[in-house]
Amino acid sequence: MIKNISNLGDAAVYCDFGNEVNKTINSQVIKYFKTIKKNSFEGINNLTPSYNKLIVSFDLNKTNFKKIKNYIENIDLEDSQNVNSKKLEIPVCCHENFSMDIKRLEEMLKLSREKILEKFLNKEYFCYMTGFIAGMPFLGDLDKNMRVQRLETPRVKVPKGSVAITEQFTNIYTFESPGGWNILGNTPLDVFDSSKEDKPNLINPGDTVIFKEISIEQYKNFNE
Amino acid sequence: MSNSYIDIIRSGINTTFQDKGRDHLYHIGIPFSGAMDNRNFLIANKLVNNSLNSAVIEFAYQGPHIRYSGEKINFAITGDVIFSIKKKDTEIEGKCYESYQIENGDEINIISTNKSVYGYMALGGELDIKFQWNSCSINTKANIGSNNGKKLEEGQRINLKKINLNKDIKKISYINTKIENIRVMRGTNYDYFSEQGKQIFYEKEFIVSKLSDRMGMRLEGPKIENIFNTNIKSEGLIKGVIQVPADGNPIIMLSDHGTVGGYPKIGVVASVDYDRLVQMSPGSKIKFKEINLSDAETLFKLYEMETQNLLSQI
Repeated sequence: MIKNISNLGDAAVYCDFGNEVNKTINSQVIKYFKTIKKNSFEGINNLTPSYNKLIVSFDLNKTNFKKIKNYIENIDLEDSQNVNSKKLEIPVCCHENFSMDIKRLEEMLKLSREKILEKFLNKEYFCYMTGFIAGMPFLGDLDKNMRVQRLETPRVKVPKGSVAITEQFTNIYTFESPGGWNILGNTPLDVFDSSKEDKPNLINPGDTVIFKEISIEQYKNFNE
Repeated sequence: MSNSYIDIIRSGINTTFQDKGRDHLYHIGIPFSGAMDNRNFLIANKLVNNSLNSAVIEFAYQGPHIRYSGEKINFAITGDVIFSIKKKDTEIEGKCYESYQIENGDEINIISTNKSVYGYMALGGELDIKFQWNSCSINTKANIGSNNGKKLEEGQRINLKKINLNKDIKKISYINTKIENIRVMRGTNYDYFSEQGKQIFYEKEFIVSKLSDRMGMRLEGPKIENIFNTNIKSEGLIKGVIQVPADGNPIIMLSDHGTVGGYPKIGVVASVDYDRLVQMSPGSKIKFKEINLSDAETLFKLYEMETQNLLSQI
């Protein structure tokens, strides 16, 4: 449940669900997110769910912090969160052309390439949130022996489609972008498609993702 | 479709189409975008009899040089902008906050913004450009919006769908006031910073860095010391949030910001000061002043009334 509601500036409400990151807390965040989204309360113009926070932004010309806070405190939560959640298989190629940080990971995790891939692939990951760049999914949790920090110096350009890990999380770079996560492979699948306005994101909060390995040949032929 | 169009002779540094932006998309990672300086955007449209949310050309520092072809049309430029209008035999210096009529073959040369960042050019009519999620606003990072989500380029031609029949010339006297103190509210991680760090934040001057764009404004100055944790678990951001990464230099989120971020938030800029904040050019000095939520709400109401009052005078 929400532990504390405060203002984030004069045009957003900051709902704090605690500091832990786990599926239970995140499911609460998503439940609030889905209920508020469905109700479309006057003046609310954006919702940003994350691991354990929900930010509700609003148009200060139409409403204010007090009204939105009051609305959130008295909301009737809908238990519909699992209805729309999907299970998705994402093809990933871990050929040396793509797994740019495999050497670093082998050293830091003290695991062989094979072990790393075995611990990473064919496991279910929960989508906590999407964002930072359009459509980027934040997935977890990784095996306890797979957890590393971000790169000391982030890359200026991470290739589009890169599948990367840091701490207990894994994500997919939907665009070429700067970034500091450890790159394991690359997916040929378009995870974000701006031409589909009603459903641009392939992966949404609450979904489950499984990475399935493909060969470099399958990767090359994927979009043909 | 009208037979009118503009050709871009020189594109300028950061020239895009903008309107009010798009909402309800933070959760998939897409920010508002939209005109950075909302008041100047609205005034530009009103001066040429457009509906207030029409697409305008936003430019930063050096603006575009365009040639117009077609029937007579009005245009207006807002901001603090130096530009000229070249007609058949003459070239005149243009004035902001005034509409002008141009005809086939006329050129508009937007030389630069003056001690400010953004300027707006509205054409009296409707540009023939693409909308995505109900907005034409270009987000160059995600390549979303009109023009394939890319800045305007030299050699491009932009058609007008229609031109306004009402070609009354309008003007308003308005001066963009500079602001010395940017008013802020405490951020949600205010207590992550040392007493000295908080004092620095409110009492010292910061300089706007060259590494500022539509996504964010980076500041340089005395370092703000974090005594708790220099990272938080990624969470949502809104425009105006001031994050302080480990290096102690604040970054203010602007209209094209990443939708989530993992640096502690020391403060949030009050909505009333956003239009003036974005106009602070690299090298400008910024000082922050703390206000509470109810003052911020009142100040915004007054600012909005002033904007509406300006628009009603046009």
